[in-house]
Amino acid sequence: MDFEYLFELLCSGVVKGSIYALIALGYTMVYGIIQLINFAHGEVYMIGAFVAFIVTGVLTLSGHSGLTVLLLAALAAVIYAAAYGYTLEKIAYRPLRNAPRLSPLISAIGASIFLMNFVQLVQTPDFLPFPELISDFDFMEPISRYLSSVDLIILIVTTVTMIALTVLIKYTRTGKAMRATQQDMIMARLSGINVDRVISATFIIGSVLAAIAGVLIASRTGQINSAIGFTAGLKAFTAAVLGGIGNIPGAVLGGLVLGIAETLGAGYISSAYEDVFAFGLLVLILTLRPSGLLGKAVKQKV
Amino acid sequence: MLEVRNIQTCYGNIQALKNVSLTINEGEIVTLIGANGAGKSTTLMSICGVISPRQGEILFRGEPIHRLNAEKIVSLGICQVPEGRHIFPQMSVLENLEMGAFLRKDKGGIKSDIEHAFERFPILGRRRHQAGGTLSGGEQQMLAISRALLSRPSLLLLDEPSLGLAPLIIKQIFEIIRKINAESNTTVFLVEQNANQALKIAHRGYVMENGVITLEDRAENLLSNEDVKKAYLGM
Repeated sequence: MDFEYLFELLCSGVVKGSIYALIALGYTMVYGIIQLINFAHGEVYMIGAFVAFIVTGVLTLSGHSGLTVLLLAALAAVIYAAAYGYTLEKIAYRPLRNAPRLSPLISAIGASIFLMNFVQLVQTPDFLPFPELISDFDFMEPISRYLSSVDLIILIVTTVTMIALTVLIKYTRTGKAMRATQQDMIMARLSGINVDRVISATFIIGSVLAAIAGVLIASRTGQINSAIGFTAGLKAFTAAVLGGIGNIPGAVLGGLVLGIAETLGAGYISSAYEDVFAFGLLVLILTLRPSGLLGKAVKQKV
Repeated sequence: MLEVRNIQTCYGNIQALKNVSLTINEGEIVTLIGANGAGKSTTLMSICGVISPRQGEILFRGEPIHRLNAEKIVSLGICQVPEGRHIFPQMSVLENLEMGAFLRKDKGGIKSDIEHAFERFPILGRRRHQAGGTLSGGEQQMLAISRALLSRPSLLLLDEPSLGLAPLIIKQIFEIIRKINAESNTTVFLVEQNANQALKIAHRGYVMENGVITLEDRAENLLSNEDVKKAYLGM
């Protein structure tokens, strides 16, 4: 057996999986708090990539260096996406807070279709080339077969982001309010927590993570279009369900498992079946563990 | 201290409260007794701003509060221990207590209040790092009451604190409620199905039937009232 090839695939799988994980976190956090599957989440990711694309274009013209441009573009993407997530919740979901559960779901699908087509109309339906901003690091040369410089940055950024998220949820006031709201919304209100603000914060945090993922993916694949949000969203949603929806470590685990399964399947069998492996795995795991890898079965008292 | 004037509260088209009025004076323990579905919990939720009454008004220290949201009402010093205790299941005992003090900023005061809670219920102190969801019913009730006290309420609302607990624990819980009222001058509004125990520690009581207050009197009078005896005391 060719271990080098296997290792190559594993590295690539982890890189891919960590990006799925970043997007999956947004799905799982929102679901944890308001039991809504935010189908428009993938679109926020796509919009993050587009904002970065536009800002990059402008900044490159004015002659800045690659890494500065990428940082500024990412910053712009994050701010824009945060505003998008906040507004999306306010317009599409908040008015339906007390409606039957199906209504916000339909609203989510509507918001997703609207955002996708909106970008398609004002930008273009075609693929746009995303400039290569990160030049290869010299020290990565010996292992460039396994991990490119972009991959390294992706791994560092996703790790740092996830640690920051953990700290935020565990130790900050907002994080405590989020956990309380997730575990018992009525009691959270009776403890003096402004639940509306917590929900807004959750959407903002999820959107920030998605935008970061959008910028990272765009600089890895080198191209973007208005439909990337749909595919990535579906994959990340799969990752979230795989890990146990509503469970934050589960989203990360689900993302990694999905990324690795995809690259292994594509590498050993056929890349044409990449998606089949992803969704096949989902079916398999949900058959064996219906609540996902780390999800807890919901016990219903009768 | 608290004045509820003719409130009507509805869930959709179902009217749960029809013209409910009651008064709670500073320093009292007032109990609201009644059968299942009479509207007792709805009364508490209306006071706390979780459900807004459709009509009528609620005054706290003379100021209307029935249009305020729940967070604001907590900050005024009204705190509820809801029915079923509502412990945050995945948070530790300590974290649950800290959530009770969510609106407070005085770290030192919170710390000493938590120590005080552990003195009052030593079992909670021994389990401070255990997840709230793993406690027994009685322990959860102790935690729920302690958590509410951490907001330093001037008016404590308790919804069925005896529900599902063993008789010995019930006795202990009622004794604690009496103590909280006597020692820290916290006004208590106690909703109970266990009318006998509730009336024993209360100063005054209200009886509720089908969303209407049907009786109001001093607790000892209600305990000897023939109708109350027959309907709620099982005598």
